[in-house]
Amino acid sequence: MKKTGAQILVESLVAEGVDTLFCYPGGATLYITDALGECEIRQIVVRHEQGAVHASDGYARASGKVGVSLVTSGPGATNTVTGIATAYMDSIPLVILSCQVNTALIGNDAFQEADIVGITRPCTKHNYLVKDVKDLARIIKEAFHIARSGRPGPVLVDIPKDVSANMADFKYPDKIHIRSYQPTYFGHPGQIQRAMRQIASSKRPVLFTGGGIILSGASQELTKFAEALSIPVTNTLMGLGGFPGNNDLFLGMLGMHGTYAANMAITESDLIIAMGARFDDRATGKTDEFAPHAKVIHIDIDPTSISKNIKVDIPIVGDTKNVLHKMLDILAEEKDLFKGFQASTSEWLKKVAKWKKDFPLTYQKNGGLKPQYVIEKIYGLTKGKAIIATEVWQNQMWAAQFYKFLKPRTLLTSGGLGTMGYGFPAAIGAQAAFPKSLVIDIAGDGSIQMNIQELATAVQHKLPVKVVILNNGYLGMVRQWQELFYEKRYTWTCLPCPDFVKVAEAYGAAGYRIDKEKDIDKVLKEAFGNNQPTFIDVHVDPGECVYPMVPAGASLKDMLLV
Amino acid sequence: MRHTISVLVENEFGVLSRISGLFSGRGFNIESLCVAETLDPTISTMTIVTTGDDAIIEQILKQLNKLINVIKVIDFRDTDYVSREMVLVKVNADEKTRAEILRMVEIFRGKIIDVSPKTYTIMITGDEEKLRAFLALVRPLGIKDLVRTGPIAMARGDKTVKTKEKQPKGGNEDG
Repeated sequence: MKKTGAQILVESLVAEGVDTLFCYPGGATLYITDALGECEIRQIVVRHEQGAVHASDGYARASGKVGVSLVTSGPGATNTVTGIATAYMDSIPLVILSCQVNTALIGNDAFQEADIVGITRPCTKHNYLVKDVKDLARIIKEAFHIARSGRPGPVLVDIPKDVSANMADFKYPDKIHIRSYQPTYFGHPGQIQRAMRQIASSKRPVLFTGGGIILSGASQELTKFAEALSIPVTNTLMGLGGFPGNNDLFLGMLGMHGTYAANMAITESDLIIAMGARFDDRATGKTDEFAPHAKVIHIDIDPTSISKNIKVDIPIVGDTKNVLHKMLDILAEEKDLFKGFQASTSEWLKKVAKWKKDFPLTYQKNGGLKPQYVIEKIYGLTKGKAIIATEVWQNQMWAAQFYKFLKPRTLLTSGGLGTMGYGFPAAIGAQAAFPKSLVIDIAGDGSIQMNIQELATAVQHKLPVKVVILNNGYLGMVRQWQELFYEKRYTWTCLPCPDFVKVAEAYGAAGYRIDKEKDIDKVLKEAFGNNQPTFIDVHVDPGECVYPMVPAGASLKDMLLV
Repeated sequence: MRHTISVLVENEFGVLSRISGLFSGRGFNIESLCVAETLDPTISTMTIVTTGDDAIIEQILKQLNKLINVIKVIDFRDTDYVSREMVLVKVNADEKTRAEILRMVEIFRGKIIDVSPKTYTIMITGDEEKLRAFLALVRPLGIKDLVRTGPIAMARGDKTVKTKEKQPKGGNEDG
């Protein structure tokens, strides 16, 4: 039976198991919008297309499924770009369906026309313009396959309006075959052997793990491996939750705002075992002085990540979960290999433990309500069981430092692109995926205003997201840099904000304000317990800075402490 | 260092811009780029001449491989290969120089493909050195116009480029 492109699209999405769609209508979406009206997919209409993509991203990060959004042509499509670039940098599987003007009008500067395939080419894993309705089902199948396989990423499919109206026979393909795309999942056995021998002979090993552990679902294997050999673990920002934050072997996050123990362990290590991390400049500091005494083993599914920033001694291309399985097998089979290992690393473990003890994350406890204290309270109240989204800058770093992430997929944060305005819509997406979970966005007064309009979405769809605004009346991190490196000239960074309680109430959400330390427990408990979208406006010490800090371009060992 | 790379790609619209966008977006150089269909009309070959140190070339090869539409990347660094380029050059030619030019063209096994009262248009093919030598010889005569194709390359001997599918590699030694 022949079906319209719009019907084909909807049935293809159902066949892919899509249960939630984040969308915004327009002229070019109309056939599709109409076809979606009669289907079981939950449709969450946002208030800005950027919010749709971030929401689908939050949905994907929290659930592990592909996040899907649908927008109209022209400005609808261009509004998605920041969301797509955010997901691309953090390897998040998304399918973005953008609509396009009629095929006959493409290239004519038609009303609401934008070359979105051209615009998003460098920030998608792949993208498509569907020119013929006959190709639509295959392209949707390919898009989902590409988004979720290998190193995941966003895939955009641009669908002209006439394609959504034209008729074709429909059969959703069962199988997919792309001759030019075959990701490598299994690491080279010889390389894995070499890596294990290198580990066995190391005296000061560190596991350095990133978002790849979470994407491949390898956190149990990682924990097992680290515990079996008592190797300390540090995470990148994207890796938080991949290893339990309350485990004794955990050193905390490394890098620019990493812990003293993590940065010193990297600097003095003789073997870095990197897994699913890409040696981003915020993690490595000055690359010439990164881990100067260490050999580097690097396990990653994406060959381009290997030896891009840091020269790698033993590269292993493969899925971290598969490779860890193989490493655990070797551990079980070749007991002799690691016979003297514990003895030879005991000095190292003592040293690392002393760093942890002597230089824990801390802050000055006098002088106003401290944002770090607020995060500690949130952790205490939720016992680490909430899904935490963050915006970007100080709020993000304090959340990364002071909340202990115990499980994978409990931190949603824009790591690579550093997108302000990411956290709130991402939290909405995560809440849609897990209606019963407590989802908290840790925000700043600057970031929250970048997608504050999504409060209407949260209210309409009864998504009771909690937004804790660490309100310091500044764009705090930029202010911090101005304080430290630009002689306290606070140009552009002191921005008056609205009354967030009133804003929340105007949208039909709940609003609370906290000024004093003694109110925190009571108000947070009440706010986390209600079933409404809620803003909690916490007026914190405006002068607080994030420490430790490695100045941009400096070596990891040159930390500014509190 | 200079490198010649052949890239087999799906013969689809937009692929060229994916490749050129990759080079510009990541700050890699393109000295020349040549694209045309292969024996299999669904596949095109791009021959790219680029420069960079070993680390950059490694990244270029990996990044090219990562593009979904790229079927195969051949780096001629480690293989014995032949490479040829064609150049069309229009030079001043008067009664005094015509005979000399003809001789040079013959020596270099080129062809004169267009003649005007004041110029010759010469077609010449060869490797980079040969073309450089020829152009150095005709330059004093006055070059009016010049177009080059950029080199294309092929492995020597029996070796052929299999256009079979990208294989999942078992994480080879160089990653």
